[in-house]
Amino acid sequence: MIFRRPFYSPTWGLRNPFEELDRMRRQLDGMFGGWERRPSRVLGAGVFPLINLKEDGDKYSVRAELPGLKAEDINISVTGNNLSISGEREIASEGETVRYHRREREAGSFSRVIALPGEVDADKVEATHVNGILTVVIPKAEATKPKQITVR
Amino acid sequence: MAETKEIQAKEKQEVPVPAEQTKPGPVFTPAVDIFETEKEITLLADLPGVKSDELNIDLRDNVLTLTGDVTPWEGAEEEDLLIEYEIGRYFRQFTLSEVIDQDKIDAQLNDGVLRLTLPKIEKATPRKISVKAG
Repeated sequence: MIFRRPFYSPTWGLRNPFEELDRMRRQLDGMFGGWERRPSRVLGAGVFPLINLKEDGDKYSVRAELPGLKAEDINISVTGNNLSISGEREIASEGETVRYHRREREAGSFSRVIALPGEVDADKVEATHVNGILTVVIPKAEATKPKQITVR
Repeated sequence: MAETKEIQAKEKQEVPVPAEQTKPGPVFTPAVDIFETEKEITLLADLPGVKSDELNIDLRDNVLTLTGDVTPWEGAEEEDLLIEYEIGRYFRQFTLSEVIDQDKIDAQLNDGVLRLTLPKIEKATPRKISVKAG
């Protein structure tokens, strides 16, 4: 089990600072016609699956690319404000007689815990797996939801 | 049960595409497995997020082209908190050395994995030639 805490402080912007630089470089590349191909990006993330975490008013969404997995192969649990995703990706054997030219797809187990930046409502977590994309929607706890305050 | 290895996180590989894109955005190369039997060549490609009507498979002059368009699946009003992968199109090209029976090509897309079966044309399957003693 590998823990990653991308959130050091709930008030500080959670974006990866290099991400912003990379975005800027992408824009510059576009301006100059991209005559200098940049090497592939290096991110800090080293744990499979790579995730995108987003939020809107009352919920967090965690999305991961998990092609070739069935919904029942993925285990998701929420403890406190930690979301854990684990499972195993199997690639079926194609028999003894086949000759492989390329084998780039990986099989194996994975386990990852993501610390969510705020309190969540663990009872209402919903997960879907469509076209190889896992989406976990985690509603924020009532106490942390933004509240509209009427000014009188 | 034998200990299974852990999958290592891999960055999606961005590729330069020969033709300029009409739609801006990154283009990635999908991971593939290719294997061959006497009768057919099978290609498996990881194309997460690609719907079957967004996938384009083209075979002409022995060049197989896979193009997967991806409709962004994320809510527009959402704010990024942590971004570890980008969403983009998929593109990959292969030159096939075998002659493929174009009518019998079969493609299936399940859970983001494409399984493409390319049967070899009868002529290309190996024949045994008996040598007669002169």
